[in-house]
Amino acid sequence: MKSSTFALVCVVVAALVFAALRWYGNEYLFFAGYVVLQFIVLATAWNILGGYTGYVNFGSAAFFAVGAYSSIFFHKTFPLPIPVLIVIGGVFAGLVGLGMGYLTLRLRGAFFAIGTLALAVVLQTIITNWTYLGGSRGAYVIRPDEIALVGPYVQYLFLLMLGLAVIAIMVARGIEHSQLGYGFATIRDDELAAEASGVPTLKLKLIATTISGALMGMAGAPFPYYLGYVQPGTVFGLEYAVNSIAMPMIGGTTSWVGPLIGAILLASLQQWATVKFSSELGVLFVGVLLVVFVVLAPKGIVGLVEGWRRGKV
Amino acid sequence: MTAPLLEISGLGKRFGGFVALDGIDLAVAEGERVGLIGPNGSGKSTLVNCICGTLTNEVGSVRFAGESMSGLQAHQRTHRGLARSFQLPRPFTSLTVAGNLRVPLVYTVNARRGTHLSNAEMDARCAELLQLVGLAEKADHFSRDLTQVEMRKLELARAMAAEPKLLIADEAMAGLSQAEVADIVALLIDLNKRGITIILIEHIMRAVMSFSQRLVVLVSGKKIADGKPDVVIANPEVERAYLGQ
Repeated sequence: MKSSTFALVCVVVAALVFAALRWYGNEYLFFAGYVVLQFIVLATAWNILGGYTGYVNFGSAAFFAVGAYSSIFFHKTFPLPIPVLIVIGGVFAGLVGLGMGYLTLRLRGAFFAIGTLALAVVLQTIITNWTYLGGSRGAYVIRPDEIALVGPYVQYLFLLMLGLAVIAIMVARGIEHSQLGYGFATIRDDELAAEASGVPTLKLKLIATTISGALMGMAGAPFPYYLGYVQPGTVFGLEYAVNSIAMPMIGGTTSWVGPLIGAILLASLQQWATVKFSSELGVLFVGVLLVVFVVLAPKGIVGLVEGWRRGKV
Repeated sequence: MTAPLLEISGLGKRFGGFVALDGIDLAVAEGERVGLIGPNGSGKSTLVNCICGTLTNEVGSVRFAGESMSGLQAHQRTHRGLARSFQLPRPFTSLTVAGNLRVPLVYTVNARRGTHLSNAEMDARCAELLQLVGLAEKADHFSRDLTQVEMRKLELARAMAAEPKLLIADEAMAGLSQAEVADIVALLIDLNKRGITIILIEHIMRAVMSFSQRLVVLVSGKKIADGKPDVVIANPEVERAYLGQ
């Protein structure tokens, strides 16, 4: 499928989803749907680095938080419309991503993963002690109830996140089908051999960490407006780090479809568990599923389906 | 006299307290076929790694095609025309055999020429290279499903795909049958006739002797002999160190 056709399909699907929810008319669905979409963006973004190049990032929450806190900063100093804040959050988180990319100069495998975790801790410490951004007490954002054209504010946020999810998926698919994706795969398989074949591995890794980080930051930028209150413990929470890894792993890391399936499945399951039981149980579900998949189906749902199809042929 | 294609002078590399290479001087002229031999652990692969930028040498210099290689990363050296195969095959396991060959085509040949090879051109080039090393039937197999011997052939084909000026084949023939060794030697000599300078690292003496115009011997990180193969082989020091008493 050509990229333009694919983009059209994505937009049509997104429009149908929005129309269907509007028609159903339950405001809670937008509220829950926003979270699902946010995880589609996070999982897809994580996969661009973790799935395509094989560098595992444990610090997703930090990038999400950079996006969220850049919005807080501008909300306090110079209020801007949310789409602009999304771009700004993306730029900041992309820069942090670029910095993280330089870690890959010396760190590989588990050591890189630990490095990203350390990065998250450092950023959390900075934010917690930055009183202007609310420090450990957190920061409030008063948002309007309604917005022109769309109506209820939560629907507006939902729509923005829907757009971001479409962009993230198109970016991921675009990379996969391009020379860039080809180079990423060689890095995942064997970095030394990639260099010997002429692949500029450092440059490609920096591109991957920057795009991945920027998308995560973009997902975090509208978050303060969604919840109305942000504190470091929430946005740096384990939930984001674990989910952004678990969703692609469970869906399958080799293509853009995997994180999408994983995110829809797990985030919906979590939302359901949160309402029915408790949010802790939701995280437990993810943990158990992750263990099951890592042991039984390391290539995720996409891998299972591919194996099944190949078996039939 | 023209300057050599590859000029190594005073090259040294240590791993902690272990001196892997000690003051290596070596010049390879354009169009030459050089055999590099030495016992296991003598520093052959380390030398290749220092030439190609996989490792950084602490002292000495590597010049290639009149340009200093110091500070250049491995991929930049590949772009300038240095290609190597790895002693232990390192295929891109998630790609097909043909896909492996496309990597240097996309990232080196295109980058060097500033071209953009079409899919058909790349397919044709891959098919041609696989034909040369005898892997034509395996083009669409995943490289992880190849045997060790096939992986060695793929290593060689991938290095050739980068269209190098200097090709360094690091034990490309280990485990191959006599007939296959003869085929690969013939292939390398043919490549050499087309203008590619080749350094062959090999333990199979028959292959080295039939291939090399010049033989270089490394022992414990030092170059102990460099000259015509039959002369070098007859050198008592080489015999003692390498071939046994």
